[in-house]
Amino acid sequence: MAKHANPDADILDEVQEPVNEQVKGRSLWADARDRFFKNKAAVVGLIVLFFVTAFAIFGGLISQYEPQTVDFSLMGAMAVNGSPSIETGHYFGVDFEGRDLYARVVQGTRVSLMVGVVGALVAVVVGTLYGAIAGYLGGKTDDVMMRLVDVLMSIPFMFVLILMLVIFGQSIFMLFLGIGLIAWLDMSRIARGQTLSIKNKEFVEAAIATGVRPLTIILRHIVPNLLGIVIVYATLLVPQMIIFESFISYLGLGVQEPSTSLGALIRQGTQQMNNGTLWMLAYPLFFFLITLFAFFFVGDGLRDALDPKDR
Amino acid sequence: MKMTTLLKASTAALVLSTGAAFAESHTMTVPEGVELADEQTFVYRVLDEHSSVDPGIVEDVSGSEIVRDLFEGLYNDSKDGSTLLPGVALDHTVSEDGLTYTFNLREDAVWSNGEPVTANDFVYAWRRAASPELASPYAWYMSLLSLENVDAVIAGDAPLEDLGVEAIDDYTLEVRLTEPLPYFPQMLTHATTFPVPQAVVEEHGDAWTRPENIVSNGAYVLSEHVPQERSVRTKSDSYWNADQTVIEEVTALVINDENQALTRFLAGELDRTEVPAGQFPRLSEEYPEQTVSFPRLCNYYYTFNLRDNGPEAFQDVNVRRALALAVDRNVIVENVLAGGQTPAYTFTPAATANFEPPETEMASMTQAERDEQAAQLLEEAGYTEDDPLTFEMKYNTSEAHRSIAVAMSQMWAQKLPVEVNLANQEWQTFLEARDSGDFELARGAWCGDYNEASTFLDLLQTDSGYNDAKYSNAEVDQLLAEAKTAENPNELYEQVEQIVAEELPIIPIYFYAGNYMMDEQLIPSWPVENVQQNWYSKDLYFVAESELE
Amino acid sequence: MYVYIIRRLAVAIPTILILVAISFALMYSAPGGPFNSERPLPAQVMANIEAKYGLDRPVIVQMADYVWGVVTRFDFGPSFQYTDRTVNDVIAQGFPVTLTYGAWSALAAVVVGVSLGIAAALRHNSVLDYFAVGVTIGAQALPNFVMAPILVLIFTLWLGWLPGGGWYGGDWEYVVMPVIALSTSYMASIARITRSSMLEVMNSNFIRTARAKGLPMHRVVMRHAIKPTLLPVISYMGPAFVGMITGSVVIDIAFSTGGIGQFFVNSAFNRDYSVIMGITVLVGMLTITFNLLVDILYAWLDPKIRY
Repeated sequence: MAKHANPDADILDEVQEPVNEQVKGRSLWADARDRFFKNKAAVVGLIVLFFVTAFAIFGGLISQYEPQTVDFSLMGAMAVNGSPSIETGHYFGVDFEGRDLYARVVQGTRVSLMVGVVGALVAVVVGTLYGAIAGYLGGKTDDVMMRLVDVLMSIPFMFVLILMLVIFGQSIFMLFLGIGLIAWLDMSRIARGQTLSIKNKEFVEAAIATGVRPLTIILRHIVPNLLGIVIVYATLLVPQMIIFESFISYLGLGVQEPSTSLGALIRQGTQQMNNGTLWMLAYPLFFFLITLFAFFFVGDGLRDALDPKDR
Repeated sequence: MKMTTLLKASTAALVLSTGAAFAESHTMTVPEGVELADEQTFVYRVLDEHSSVDPGIVEDVSGSEIVRDLFEGLYNDSKDGSTLLPGVALDHTVSEDGLTYTFNLREDAVWSNGEPVTANDFVYAWRRAASPELASPYAWYMSLLSLENVDAVIAGDAPLEDLGVEAIDDYTLEVRLTEPLPYFPQMLTHATTFPVPQAVVEEHGDAWTRPENIVSNGAYVLSEHVPQERSVRTKSDSYWNADQTVIEEVTALVINDENQALTRFLAGELDRTEVPAGQFPRLSEEYPEQTVSFPRLCNYYYTFNLRDNGPEAFQDVNVRRALALAVDRNVIVENVLAGGQTPAYTFTPAATANFEPPETEMASMTQAERDEQAAQLLEEAGYTEDDPLTFEMKYNTSEAHRSIAVAMSQMWAQKLPVEVNLANQEWQTFLEARDSGDFELARGAWCGDYNEASTFLDLLQTDSGYNDAKYSNAEVDQLLAEAKTAENPNELYEQVEQIVAEELPIIPIYFYAGNYMMDEQLIPSWPVENVQQNWYSKDLYFVAESELE
Repeated sequence: MYVYIIRRLAVAIPTILILVAISFALMYSAPGGPFNSERPLPAQVMANIEAKYGLDRPVIVQMADYVWGVVTRFDFGPSFQYTDRTVNDVIAQGFPVTLTYGAWSALAAVVVGVSLGIAAALRHNSVLDYFAVGVTIGAQALPNFVMAPILVLIFTLWLGWLPGGGWYGGDWEYVVMPVIALSTSYMASIARITRSSMLEVMNSNFIRTARAKGLPMHRVVMRHAIKPTLLPVISYMGPAFVGMITGSVVIDIAFSTGGIGQFFVNSAFNRDYSVIMGITVLVGMLTITFNLLVDILYAWLDPKIRY
């Protein structure tokens, strides 16, 4: 499946000047880009993603309130006075504690995106390196490393994660760690498979022949060739991470107050669903859904673009 | 724990009950002339699965509710909790020195398998509850009863037979204590003292409490139990007062999510459920006939960590005072919780029997005055916007606790140079943190074990196991010790409260209220006046709809 | 093939051991214990309890004893929280519940998902296709803890058609909502996988050949296209199964069904060590078994795979 490697590359050039490979590979990337931009859903997804990210980063600028500030005058009369309104400056209304929901949705979107992206990043970096090393070294090492992945794959990590959060207390760090832990396994398998097919290519053999150290070969020659599949996988992983986070928040094990996430906001909104304050559910859920949609579409688009076989 | 010698206040109550209430031993459950509904089944929601229905072991509220229905001890609480009613015991005599109690048991009490309930069943049950073999978490209750040799028996140093309880004959039970406990009879309404059928326990072991094995002597028998789903108890025809038992079947449904429970109540699947925090105003407006609110014997507070390793700042009483002043309790009670709770300026709830909360200085101020004083105190202590007072407040995971913590932290942050970090922990982790002093400011709450002020104030005693602030004041200890034997302890309790209001090792926030959604036909018989909510299904009944007009 | 199965099973043993070790270590390092309560217990009472459950022995001994019990007698020990039950009782009670709604969910997800996916693929780029894609992406993204209360609101409170929770031995009316809430997102995933797999298959040479031969469309689909289309669906069933077990946590809390998800969460919060470990080990074993079954099924269907 290693379509992005360039088998015709000048062997010596490859070894001394890895940049060349990228230069020559550009046409493939450009191909992929063209394919991607022909996919309407993917383009819409990308635009939505752009706006959601902008909202998460800059949304706070037009907010009239801080996300943690409680408006005590609204407490207890939320259903009447706390509804969304431009006049009061609570564009999305207030949450159950009388805090500005707009500011909190901005904050929640930021946290959820961060959890998704960082979680995916951890998984991808660890998984890719692990898979590439196993695949490249082969033999006994590969056997042991992949057997370990098999073993870990059979562990119900969500249960372990719940235990960890219950036991060690809740923190963003724990979430990243736990979520990253769950997700790198698949990535390592994919990366290993790819590596196996790349490592017999001429440019790798040449590198070995000229005495380049294995780690350098993995980082310089193997990993860049895995990039396509890694990007696709990472994009599809982000929404999964966001869903994981929301599940953890549902159990009350998510981020600590006064910080929040979309999952936590949705959970709180759900609890007030029948209490005449439906906006508390509607706004965070809306951002949650469009973010996930966007990632799904972009991920699908990227896969089709980078991996033409799957179209 | 610290209940050992407090139990005196209710001698008066006991005299009253022995005299008046005991005379009419077959009390009427339903008042004269009240028309009952045709269907008498009661379905209620519990948050969590109960740990056990074994009287010797049960420790949680939902389990005790079931055990009180299944088993009957020597005495029962009256509906409002103020007096004792005869259970298996008809009456008793006390020796001159107050150390020996002789109970006279009724002869018409039988187990659900037809065997008579005898004094030997109590002897067996009490020995069992104290035995190291059963290792009941409630063995401490037996030691609280001050039975002869109880601590040695618990420790395994003395044989079970040495325990100070003995069957003189089948219907006479003798109990020997190591110190006179005027409150002793009242303590016998607690599940740990209920009888247990020896033959059944020995035949089935730990599994004796399953519906297919269990034999009980109360007004109900356990007919079905599906863990984490429901447990059903059915009226027992062999109960001595079965004619007066109205409710035919009682079902406890385990529903973790309070909002789901509310929806199911509204759909008619439940007769009783808790009102989720903050929803009381809307519900009482939409369903005025089905919402009830009444005071409970529980307080809610935040405790400072006054240990040496605690925050330096909290050693300063003015800092503690400033924080306590700036909490607008009315907002918390009226806007956050909004279910009939009362603001707290003392540690002991106002609902406590014979206790009149003293008027503290803080209670008499307006919130504006409090805020002003708070700002002034912190300024004097040297805190400014640039150099704020920073600390962490811990609470255990729950929606209501979260809302209150958020509101409090904002009250401080908006009015004072204070920065608060919120941290919630799971219950077990939280308990451990509070117990070991791994906190700066932590939530606390206490429900009275019995209806007297010392059940609360004892927590502020230097060596109390639950004094997580590690607050220590010799005068408080002295006053509390005096109160154990005092003629009128409430004066002493008021003095303690005044000292606590001065020194503020804790910030009292509010006193609990029971907030329920309840079938309107059930409400007339619900013991709302019972602040401890120790209810018996046999006292309940659904009135006919015609009664409600 | 047999060698492969045996090798996979051989891997299962260290996996379970690692799982036991992880959960044991986590539990052991956990602050708070199963017998902590708001009221600190007297030391002697605590000592009695610890002696009863063998918690006063060295950790290694406890763990060895535990593993020995599991291996030789399949005995997970007594529950610390529920005195009249063993962990085996808890599992025997909760697992069939989870299994029942889990199996129905899997069935619903596969049947509806595959049909929807095939229909969308055969009408590629039609209104039906867009509709299916839209619905499935929506369903995949909507968290089931939002869907569950909405279902109860609609079917219990407003329409009064279904009871709002409980299990009652698994009567159909108690099963419907849990199955809907649990299966929807998997149904959506399966539909999407089926759709793209079907599109790929329909474009492949052997299908083109079959169609060129003049076979009617439905015969082509039934005889040639279904099997290769289903391959990716089958490999998705492994992770989906694990997801469903995890999802049972939400279902049990939302519908009070009393499955193992609820037992797990409650035990984790209450530090009921033995129940937590029992359930974790059980789920681990199921995961291994299920992944193995999926792989065998895959190999059986796909002639290209040789072990």
